[in-house]
Amino acid sequence: MSKPIVATTSLAGCFGCHMSVLDIDDRILELIELVEFNKSPINDIKKFTKKCDIGLIEGGCANSENVHVLKDFREHCKILISLGECAIMGGLPAMRNGIPVRECLEEAYLNGLTVAGNTGKIIPNDPELPMLLDKVYPCHEVVKIDYFLPGCPPRADLIWDALVALITGDEMKLPYEVIKFD
Amino acid sequence: MNKVVKIDIDGLECIANSDQYIIEAARENGIYIPTLCNYPGVKPKGGCRICTVRVNGKQMTACTTPVSDGMRIENNTEELINLRKSIVELLLVEGNHFCPSCEKSGNCELQALAYRFGIMAPRFPYLFPVRKVDASHPKIIKDQNRCILCKRCIRAITDEKGRSVFAYRRRSSRVEVVVDSKLGKQLTDELAQKAMDVCPVGSILVKEKGFITPIGERKYDKNPIGSDIENITITKR
Repeated sequence: MSKPIVATTSLAGCFGCHMSVLDIDDRILELIELVEFNKSPINDIKKFTKKCDIGLIEGGCANSENVHVLKDFREHCKILISLGECAIMGGLPAMRNGIPVRECLEEAYLNGLTVAGNTGKIIPNDPELPMLLDKVYPCHEVVKIDYFLPGCPPRADLIWDALVALITGDEMKLPYEVIKFD
Repeated sequence: MNKVVKIDIDGLECIANSDQYIIEAARENGIYIPTLCNYPGVKPKGGCRICTVRVNGKQMTACTTPVSDGMRIENNTEELINLRKSIVELLLVEGNHFCPSCEKSGNCELQALAYRFGIMAPRFPYLFPVRKVDASHPKIIKDQNRCILCKRCIRAITDEKGRSVFAYRRRSSRVEVVVDSKLGKQLTDELAQKAMDVCPVGSILVKEKGFITPIGERKYDKNPIGSDIENITITKR
């Protein structure tokens, strides 16, 4: 039997959830025995080369590119998992949800205290750049998400247990200490 | 007149005083009934409905219903747990509860209930309401994003004449809890700390007191909310 294939991505996230994947320590050697990785920042495969079994999504949807990548993952992965608070509820990027996009951009590029060198007073607006969405959206409000692993970041043990349970088909252990929202 | 009565909670016979509310009687018998708006020693409100139990087949709030002899109470049934879980999920999507950046995280009762009910993600769409943070008071911060309008602070924090330091302002969906502009000026350090402790979420914060307890040692890091009640040795039953 061929190994299950895992893909991962970071949308509007900080890569902390990916760090937590690496935090499974030496079990990563076991993981390599258990699964094959496809598109992921961990192995730097940029594009899907085949259909995958499990997709781990870090971060919510803050711009059009995030939505595009998320839909691509939904198309290529049998099971999608929201990994961490940002994927589940928008997380810290969603703290801009109460502020109009224009104000956010002006703060970042014109009025912010640390803005320097923008003499032309330009807010980047090249068609090549992804468009910011009006709000940061949780992933499950954009595509169907099958499982949620909360935490900021989700504890390494939670990620490990979830992956092993999915691959082996065993019931997942959920001790109280591993499910946290922070 | 006070008298000893017998009540039945989930098939367990419990002894209570007739002047007690169900939630208090259950607590003394080592049975935890989840709640958010109830606080020991503060007049009950019956606002959050999380303590809903079935009393002789009818849904009642355990914090406002006094016990009576022969009461049959259902507490830990699938139906009631589902109902309570839904309320917690609704509260999570109704406000802006950013746990990773919240000073109260780990000590928050709303979060602790979510942990207890095993909520991985709320089933309802997030509302992301636009609300303000009022940091104008010299001692405390009132963050409206996190307020669940449980009225605990209004009921518990009073001056020596019994007047509430906190108050409701506006009506309906625009209602918010604010610090009374006159009484708030006399807020002592002790009362400010009490207000922060009474608040079940991170809506009332004492300035310069956030993140004091390290992660791993906070109230609900290792033990679920209610486990202190469930773990006491029962002598009364």
